[in-house]
Amino acid sequence: MSSQAGMTAERERDEPILSVDNLRTVFHTKRGTIRAVDDVSFDVMPGETVGIVGESGSGKSVTARSIMGLIESPGEVLEGSSITFQGRELTDLSDEEYRQVRGSGIGMIFQDPQTSLNPVFTVGNQIKEALRVNQDLTGEAATQEAIDLLEAVSIPDASRRLKEYPHEFSGGMRQRAVIAMMLACDPELLICDEPTTALDVTIQAQIIDLLKDLQEERGLSLLFITHDMGVIAQIADRVNVMYAGEIVEKAGVEPLFANPKHPYTQGLLGAIPGQHVDQDRLETIEGEVATPMEPATSCRFAPRCPKAFEDCDHVHPALVDPTEGAEADHQAACLLYPSEMSEDEAVEYHRSLRSDGREDAEALDGGDAE
Amino acid sequence: MSELVDQTVGVDAGPGQEVLVEVQNLKKHYGGEGFFAAPPVKAVDGVSFDIRKGETLGLVGESGCGKSTLGRLLVQIEAATDGTISFDGTDITTLTGDELTEWRPNAQIVFQDPESSLNDRMTVGSIIREPLDVHGWKTAPDRRERVMDLLQEVGLQEEHYYRYPHQFSGGQRQRIGIARALALEPDFVVLDEPVSALDASVQARILNLLEDLQDEFDLTYLFIAHDLSVVRHICDRVAVMYLGKIMELGETEELYTNPANPYTYSLLSAIPEPDPTADRQRITLSGTPPSPRDPPKGCQFTTRCPAKIRPDGFPTVSNETWEALERFREAVRERSRHGFTGRERLRRRIGMFSKFDDVDEAVSDLFDDLDAPASVTEPVEEAAALVKEGYPGDARELLSEEFDSICDEERPELQVVGDGDRLSYCHRHSGGYAPVDEVIESRS
Repeated sequence: MSSQAGMTAERERDEPILSVDNLRTVFHTKRGTIRAVDDVSFDVMPGETVGIVGESGSGKSVTARSIMGLIESPGEVLEGSSITFQGRELTDLSDEEYRQVRGSGIGMIFQDPQTSLNPVFTVGNQIKEALRVNQDLTGEAATQEAIDLLEAVSIPDASRRLKEYPHEFSGGMRQRAVIAMMLACDPELLICDEPTTALDVTIQAQIIDLLKDLQEERGLSLLFITHDMGVIAQIADRVNVMYAGEIVEKAGVEPLFANPKHPYTQGLLGAIPGQHVDQDRLETIEGEVATPMEPATSCRFAPRCPKAFEDCDHVHPALVDPTEGAEADHQAACLLYPSEMSEDEAVEYHRSLRSDGREDAEALDGGDAE
Repeated sequence: MSELVDQTVGVDAGPGQEVLVEVQNLKKHYGGEGFFAAPPVKAVDGVSFDIRKGETLGLVGESGCGKSTLGRLLVQIEAATDGTISFDGTDITTLTGDELTEWRPNAQIVFQDPESSLNDRMTVGSIIREPLDVHGWKTAPDRRERVMDLLQEVGLQEEHYYRYPHQFSGGQRQRIGIARALALEPDFVVLDEPVSALDASVQARILNLLEDLQDEFDLTYLFIAHDLSVVRHICDRVAVMYLGKIMELGETEELYTNPANPYTYSLLSAIPEPDPTADRQRITLSGTPPSPRDPPKGCQFTTRCPAKIRPDGFPTVSNETWEALERFREAVRERSRHGFTGRERLRRRIGMFSKFDDVDEAVSDLFDDLDAPASVTEPVEEAAALVKEGYPGDARELLSEEFDSICDEERPELQVVGDGDRLSYCHRHSGGYAPVDEVIESRS
């Protein structure tokens, strides 16, 4: 993250390893269609860490599951969504083909390591199974590789640990074991969905250090999902802030924290306690996250936004550069920007940007709305 | 210990610093009764501190350190094994039956998980009214009115009286829990991780509410949390717990800016700061907390301490080697808890025991890349040989004899450091050892 310039240069050279474009994931329920992820686009470059932050209900986990092909009925990834991994379109893959990608291309770590481990097999068994399926290793070779993997994730006394069951591991160690299992698949991209949320701070620090080391050693790309702004600041190179199914701001990690543009991001940062020593009251964001049921025709944050004005209820903001010549790819979806324009100009600008997109969106919705 | 406690009282007793709760040498052990029982889990292992009237005392620590147990002891939903809790002059650990019931309205608790601490089959009104009913507070219409008032106090509406908990969001449910705790007008409220399950924006609103209520009703809080930034915002003083002991206690801002204890030091440095440019030296603690059934004989934190006092006689041993040694000792300690079967004992007797042969792997993983001197490698190899023969307990003792320092052997005392009312539990504060921050600096 220190080499912002170096990274941009690199990005021009490389193709993104993962490219999500216009992703829409919906859940069909009795009470209507919930648009959990609504037109989300972002790229992950080789070797970089992209963060997604948001509160519960913002759609960040559904985004991860959509990429992994884990959305099942009543959920659906809508037509027109595109997820390309290493140049290959994932949304049209059959189940069998997807399994291949999950095995060796994309790995995923969940919040609760307990759910990723089978309680009736030893940890060694489970790692060796991953090795057998993905790398055709069996017997002594697999055991040795499993020990090496556990050592790679800094589990002490690895050979004994291999023979133990998940319940004999502490929470942090379980998460390490899951990471070791993922490494057995030798993935290019690791999706981490709140991997440290259930852990204590000292253990969280260990896991973050571990992920950074592994990234360096193995050239992994990480997609890191969390609600914790502190964790994001530590690990991410670039950040996407999600609210109610949409990305409302995207930026490099430093500009985002130094100079947040979207009122929601500002609110999130202001609500972190313990930052301002003499502060009596915390800043708060009023109201609750709304569940997006309709295609957006307005800013979804407007009802809670302290800076909202009338047009916010009528115009759906697009992601725009907040100021001319700002840091590369800092974008915010808010009618207050671009700040060079007057309010009316900006509103008009957003309207024009959206009107092209709107027709596509409505064409897509025609099918499933009724 | 009692002398030290007197000291704190002496320092504290300024104007408006009246003590509400005085805890002395409080212990809570689980299990361990009977001759064949495994050793007890010492969840709270002899803590002493005061809570002053009107303050918010924070209690932080990692999971399993005993902070929730301590909170539950203070409101007497758990009975203490030993020690006293003096509440406004009454020792509440001795209360029973009617006396206890009579005392209970004074101290209430708000639980962490608003999903599981409210009965989904009761209306919000009856949940909040329940403590009033139980204690026979005034007449039924008065109670109803009181609940309506409470709903407003915590930022809910009167019409919520007839709704069910599942109709509310996490933040609102926590407000219901707070209203229930306040129903009997307590002086003292234990807040057990009240905002941990909530999103950042909701969390901020609940914290603001708690502060407002404290001002309005002159409440005294014990605020239990694992999130150190929340504690920094809301607490006047903070106690840091590790494995059943209070490691450090002091005024919040002073403790955060200038921690005295190595554990506080590491805990604070592990908080991920929401500032990507922060170029702070981070101490990542290795290892996991030891089993509370088998805690170290000396300082509870000795197995992970970044400022551990090292034994004399090893002047050339590097930091990495000490670290590897500590991890090896952890591995041996864990093996020594292995319960041997009869068959294994037999094999061990005839020298055919092979279950632990893989300990060599651990030794080579830890020590191969290090250029450790013979004074370290020889005892390590000897210990590894003992483990392989099936005597990890002996190996543990051998390592203990070779490498134990004062930190492994003796419990430190909670002692006054600096000129304020800061207390810290560490050997480095006495006996002419180098100060904690210098040591941590030089070792990292």
